[in-house]
Amino acid sequence: MAPFETDDSTTGAEADDRHAVRRRAARYVVPVAVVGVAAATIGLVPALADSGDPDLPKISAQELIEKIAASDVQQLSGTVKISTDLGLPDLGGLESSLASGAMDSGEGGSSADPSAKLTELASGTHTLRVAADGPDRQKLSLLESGSEYSVIHNGKDVWGYDSKSNEVYHSTASDSAAAEKERDVPATPKDMAEQALKAVDDTTSVTVDGTAQVAGRDAYRLVVKPKDPGSTVGQITVAVDSKTGLPLKFTLTPSSGGAAVIDAGFTQVRFAEPPASTFDFTPPKGAKVTEGEDVEHGAPGKAERKSEEHLGKAERKSEEDLGKGLDGLKVIGKGWTSVATFDTGGEGLPSGSEAGGDFGGFLDSLGDKATGKFGSGTVFSTRLVNALITDDGKVYVGAVSKDTLVKAADAAK
Amino acid sequence: MSRAEAVRTPRVLWTFGFLRNELWTTFRRWRTLALLGVLAAVPILVGIAVKIETGDGSGPGGGGGGPAFISQITNNGLFLVFTALAATLPFFLPMAIGVIAGDAIAGEANAGTLRYLLVAPAGRTRLLLTKYATVLSFCLVATLVVAVSALAVGALLFPLGDLTTISGTRISFAEGLGRALLIALAVAASLVGMAALGLFVSTLTHSGIAAMATTVGLLITVQILDQIPQLHAIQPYFFSHHWLSFADLMRDPVYWDDLVKNLGLQALYAAVFGSAAWARFTTKDVAS
Repeated sequence: MAPFETDDSTTGAEADDRHAVRRRAARYVVPVAVVGVAAATIGLVPALADSGDPDLPKISAQELIEKIAASDVQQLSGTVKISTDLGLPDLGGLESSLASGAMDSGEGGSSADPSAKLTELASGTHTLRVAADGPDRQKLSLLESGSEYSVIHNGKDVWGYDSKSNEVYHSTASDSAAAEKERDVPATPKDMAEQALKAVDDTTSVTVDGTAQVAGRDAYRLVVKPKDPGSTVGQITVAVDSKTGLPLKFTLTPSSGGAAVIDAGFTQVRFAEPPASTFDFTPPKGAKVTEGEDVEHGAPGKAERKSEEHLGKAERKSEEDLGKGLDGLKVIGKGWTSVATFDTGGEGLPSGSEAGGDFGGFLDSLGDKATGKFGSGTVFSTRLVNALITDDGKVYVGAVSKDTLVKAADAAK
Repeated sequence: MSRAEAVRTPRVLWTFGFLRNELWTTFRRWRTLALLGVLAAVPILVGIAVKIETGDGSGPGGGGGGPAFISQITNNGLFLVFTALAATLPFFLPMAIGVIAGDAIAGEANAGTLRYLLVAPAGRTRLLLTKYATVLSFCLVATLVVAVSALAVGALLFPLGDLTTISGTRISFAEGLGRALLIALAVAASLVGMAALGLFVSTLTHSGIAAMATTVGLLITVQILDQIPQLHAIQPYFFSHHWLSFADLMRDPVYWDDLVKNLGLQALYAAVFGSAAWARFTTKDVAS
C-alpha cells in the first residue's frame, strides 16, 4: 500500500504549475504499474511454475500398459476437468431441454436420471469431482454454476441427485458389478484410457513419449496412434501416474490438427481415504424421488451401451439410437478404420434441389456432396466422426476420413 | 484553499472520528435507508412467492429454473438466504453500491461540501480512504440486510433444520448457519471491486447523478458482455464474472478455485481503481 503512504500536502495548490503537471502524471503511473504487475503475474507465473518434465526411469510401452492394467487404486478423491470439442454447434440449453423433453415422455421424467444428465458431458467444458473408496462406494459429481449433479454409489444403492431441481433418482444394484456399470460414465481419464487401450492391435503404434506433470504428480506419457491414415483420430495421449499407474490425463487429438477433441484430466488428486460422509445420501425432505428399474433387468443394456460410447461420444450414441430401430447394422473393416453401415430403407435425404427453397439450401450447406461407384450422397462431417448418407438411403459412419467412407461405400456396393 | 499545516500529524483517533462521521452521514440519509429497504424487501417477495406457488403441494421451480437454490427453499428456510443473495447479487446489490460509491466524492462536489471536507486537516488521501471504507461498510451492511431479512422470512414461512448441501451430503443447521455467514461475507467481498470502480468514477466528475449513472451503466454493460460467448477470452477479467462462485461454499467439500479467483480479481480491481482514484483525486482542482 505504498502509494497511500506517500501522503499528502496536495491540498497546497500554490505549487508551481509545471511541478503539478509532472506530479499529476507521476501519480497515474501507480494504477498503470498495478495493471502491469498483474498482467505480468498472470502471464508469467504459470510459465515459471511449470517446472519442466520430471525425470523418471525409462519404461517401455508394454511395461506401462501392464502398469495401467495392474493399477489398483481403491481410494482417491480429486477434481477432473473435461473439455469436449466435437466440432458440433454448441447446443447448450437446447440440448438439455431436448433431453428432458425426451425423458418426460420416455421414462417418467426425472432430471436426476444419470443417463440423461451425463450426456451433457458431450460438449463444452465441465468440472467433475470424483471420490472412491473401494468397489462399493463411489461418487461422481458434475459441478454446475450454483448447483451440482451427483451420482452416489454406496453398497446396494445408486443415487442420482440433481440439486438444481431437487430431484432424486434411485436404483438398487443387486450386485456391485452391475452397479459399477451403472456408474460407469465416460468421465474419468481412467475409463477413457481403458477404452483406448482396448482398441490397441497391430494397426496401432503405442509408444512412451517422455514424462509430464499432471495435478502435481509425475507421470509418463503414453501415445497411442492409429497407423492407418484413413482414421480421423490423430493420436491419443494418456498421462499415467508413475507411482500408482492410474491414468491422470486423456487427450484425443484429431488427425486434422487443432484443439483436442477430448481432453480430460485430473487437476487435483489425492490418494487418501475420502471422508465416509461423502458417500452418505438420504433424499432431502420434499425432494421428488424417481425409482429406477432394477439394474439387473432393465438397465444392463443401457449401461453397456453407455460404456461403449466412450470413444465414439455422443455421436456414436445417437447413431446407435438411430441404428437401433433399423435392422442390419453392419461393421465394415476393423480397428480404427471400421465403418458402420445400415440401410434406412428410405429414399435417403432429399438433396437441396429436391427440397427446394431455403430449406434445400440449408440442407446442402450442412454436408458435402460425394460421388463414387456407389452412386452419390452427402457427407456430414464433425471433427471426429464422418457420416455418408447415400441417395439410395444407405448410411456409413465412422471415425474415418471422407475418402475412406467413400471407399467403404464403393466396396460395399 | 489554504495549506493545511497539521497534515503531517496523523491522529488515529481523529481518523476514526472522521470515519464515524462519514458512516453516520451515509447511513442516516433517506436514500441509503430506501436502498436498504428495497434490498430487505427482495427476500420477502421471493419467500412469499415460493410459499404461494408451493401452497398446493407441488414442487417449486419446475424444471429447475430461477435463481440458484430456489427449489430447496421449501425443505429448509435457510436456503432462502442463498436464493436471496443469488437473486440480488447480479443487479440489486451492485446497483446500490454503485449509487453509494458514485455519490461518495461527486455528491460532495455537487453539493459544494467537498471543499469544506478538504479544509479539515485530513488530507485528500485520508479522505479518499475514509470514503472507500464507508462504501465497503455499506457493501457489508447491504449484504447482511439481505441475509438477515431472508433468514427471518425463511424461518417464518418454512421449516428449518439439518440441510442437504448441493453435493448431496447433510450438514447440521449450525454448520449451515456458519456457511450462510461465510456466503454473506463472500458476497460482500464480491462487491469490493465494483465499489473501487464507483469511487474512481466519482472522482472524475462534479455531478453525483452522472457518477451513479456511469457506475451502474458500467455494471450493466459488463453483465451483458459477460453473456456473449465470443468474448470468453476476456470474460474472466470482468469484475462480475466469478460473482456466483459463492455458491461453491455450499458444496461439500467446498470448491475453492473460483472463490479464490473471485477474491483475487476483486483485490486487483480495488488496487487498480483505488490507485487510479487516488491519482485523480489528489491532483484534481477542487473548486466547489
